[in-house]
Amino acid sequence: MDVHEYQAKELLASHGVAVPPGTVAFSPDQAVYAATELGGSHWVVKAQIHAGARGKAGGIKLCRTYHEVQQAARDLLGKRLVTLQTGPDGKPVQRVYVELADPYERELYLGFVLDRKLERVRVIASKHGGMEIEDIAKNTPDEIIQIIVEPAVGLQPFQAREIAFQLGLNLKQVSRAVQSIMGAYRAFRDNDATMLEINPLVVTKDDKVLALDAKMSFDDNALFRRRNIVELNDPSQSDPREAQAAEHALNYIGLDGEIGCIVNGAGLAMATMDMIKHAGGNPANFLDVGGGASAERVATAFRLVLSDANVKVVLVNIFAGINRCDWVAQGVVDAVHATKITAPLVVRLAGTNVEAGRKIIKESGIPIITADTLADAAEKAVAAYKGLK
Amino acid sequence: MSILIDEKTPILVQGITGDKGSFHTKEMIDYGTNVVAGVTPGKGGHKIHGVPIFNTVKDAFRETGATTSITFVAPPFAADAIMEAADGGIRLICSITDGIPAQDMMRVKRYFMRYPKDRRPIMVGPNCAGIISPGKAMLGIMPGHIYSKGNVGLISRSGTLGYEAASQLKEMGLGISTSVGIGGDPINGSSFLDHLVLFDKDPETEAVLIIGEIGGPQEAEASAWIKENFSKPVIGFVAGLTAPKGRRMGHAGAIISATGDSAAEKTEIMKSYGLTVAPNPAEFGTTVAKVLKRA
Repeated sequence: MDVHEYQAKELLASHGVAVPPGTVAFSPDQAVYAATELGGSHWVVKAQIHAGARGKAGGIKLCRTYHEVQQAARDLLGKRLVTLQTGPDGKPVQRVYVELADPYERELYLGFVLDRKLERVRVIASKHGGMEIEDIAKNTPDEIIQIIVEPAVGLQPFQAREIAFQLGLNLKQVSRAVQSIMGAYRAFRDNDATMLEINPLVVTKDDKVLALDAKMSFDDNALFRRRNIVELNDPSQSDPREAQAAEHALNYIGLDGEIGCIVNGAGLAMATMDMIKHAGGNPANFLDVGGGASAERVATAFRLVLSDANVKVVLVNIFAGINRCDWVAQGVVDAVHATKITAPLVVRLAGTNVEAGRKIIKESGIPIITADTLADAAEKAVAAYKGLK
Repeated sequence: MSILIDEKTPILVQGITGDKGSFHTKEMIDYGTNVVAGVTPGKGGHKIHGVPIFNTVKDAFRETGATTSITFVAPPFAADAIMEAADGGIRLICSITDGIPAQDMMRVKRYFMRYPKDRRPIMVGPNCAGIISPGKAMLGIMPGHIYSKGNVGLISRSGTLGYEAASQLKEMGLGISTSVGIGGDPINGSSFLDHLVLFDKDPETEAVLIIGEIGGPQEAEASAWIKENFSKPVIGFVAGLTAPKGRRMGHAGAIISATGDSAAEKTEIMKSYGLTVAPNPAEFGTTVAKVLKRA
């Protein structure tokens, strides 16, 4: 799960990380009021979306007057911001963050990730902040500072000091950076984050070390114990179909092909998409209906897949283990009646009670194209699509 | 022979009285698996499907000599159950649970480090279908009838794609020595590599099929090791050629987030280390058959 910059900063601040003063605003008037409350003479108005590269896309505006703050908020709010990371549709801007703009002297990078190979948290830092970590890794690979956290004891202050000194900070800055690095680690650990990026971490003239931008992602599997994080969820930032799928505990990812897929199991779902591509078609979505593919879940899956206007053919591929083919077949038949699907429908069933399942499909009288194998299913789905053109 | 489990392996079921635990215990027993004990705290002294229940793993271990456990425990309590199994003397722990927090798995793996390497538990999963040595024993939730006994080792991250492979092998008249589901989570108990080491020593296994997916370094790591150390032919496949970058494809671990994570990159890595790669997921059976004929 992702959160907005201002939410990540609030979390970080509550763990002792220094951040510039700022306030979230939902309207231009609120933005102006926020600026008057913050004081000072320069502010940045930042679009709050779940994607980076906002600066280059015009999503971050430096303002010198209240009028400019109002204008910036008016320009951003209610628009869709398209950045290099959002895809062509962009993300809706419903909140802006008004932040006091202080000049700074240096831009650093500080990141925390879950390292899957080492099975530990890895801290990454660099003197060259303000650009994407991929570019930092490409431009100055030898200067990337890396620390591995021992999970039994957590990040230690000596490790934070090593990072701070290697960043070339002076003594006053080092002690502040250590406080922020330790705080950021606690925010990461205590909220089950999977990624935390402070980029840039800036150093001001008066030796302050501030998190100027912050990006955090959280482990979906740990949300049961992180109600404070669940409350930060902003559904406007996800694809509506994906949000709807999540409500039904289905895994759906929209893509741009024509063949809608309903599959049980994530690996088989990916393999089915791959097979469609191999057969010369394009999958419209990833959809894992999970182990217990009940009639109701199958019906919900159908509604989701069909709500994508690009879908011209639907392919159902179920390898029944715990669930049984006859249950799934009944679910498909019910869903066809309920959704009044007109698109060609290809169904492949395998595994437990497959004969009973095929019988239900056959006797339903619905013009379902049946397939015996994965290859057969993909080829028939692609052929059905080509036949429509 | 087979790896990890056979008909004699004494098995403990953690969470045996829950819906899933109870259902699959019955399935495992019907398959011929030697289930000797169950654990559900508070239900000690009772029996289910004829299997005695204990309050703690230590009690179950002492009374029955179980060496292996399968855990059907909800995500918030799963890491605790796995550590209890390790501490109680269990040396092979299979976790079916989908949804264990990554930090919990980090703690579990760290906890295992307190055992010297020769006594360290092997963990399979979490978020997997389990292990089956066809005709001998089933430690998992798979449909047993789709596996026939034979000489191909199978290691898969995905459950249902593993089923797909097993049924394709059966179709070709090929069987399986042991099938291991290592699970779809970012941090899992054991990797392809851990089980390849065991398959290498198993005289009954003539070739191994490894089925990976997008995300993580384990396929590449295994491929490099195979090139240097493995004596038998290996057939590989990586699912997710059509998966977009940065999106989690169902499994918590199936996300392209770093260089080398994509299916195309991993496939190239497999090929560069001499693995035979199945051209698509409908050709697991035919590719393995071809390789075995050549060998």
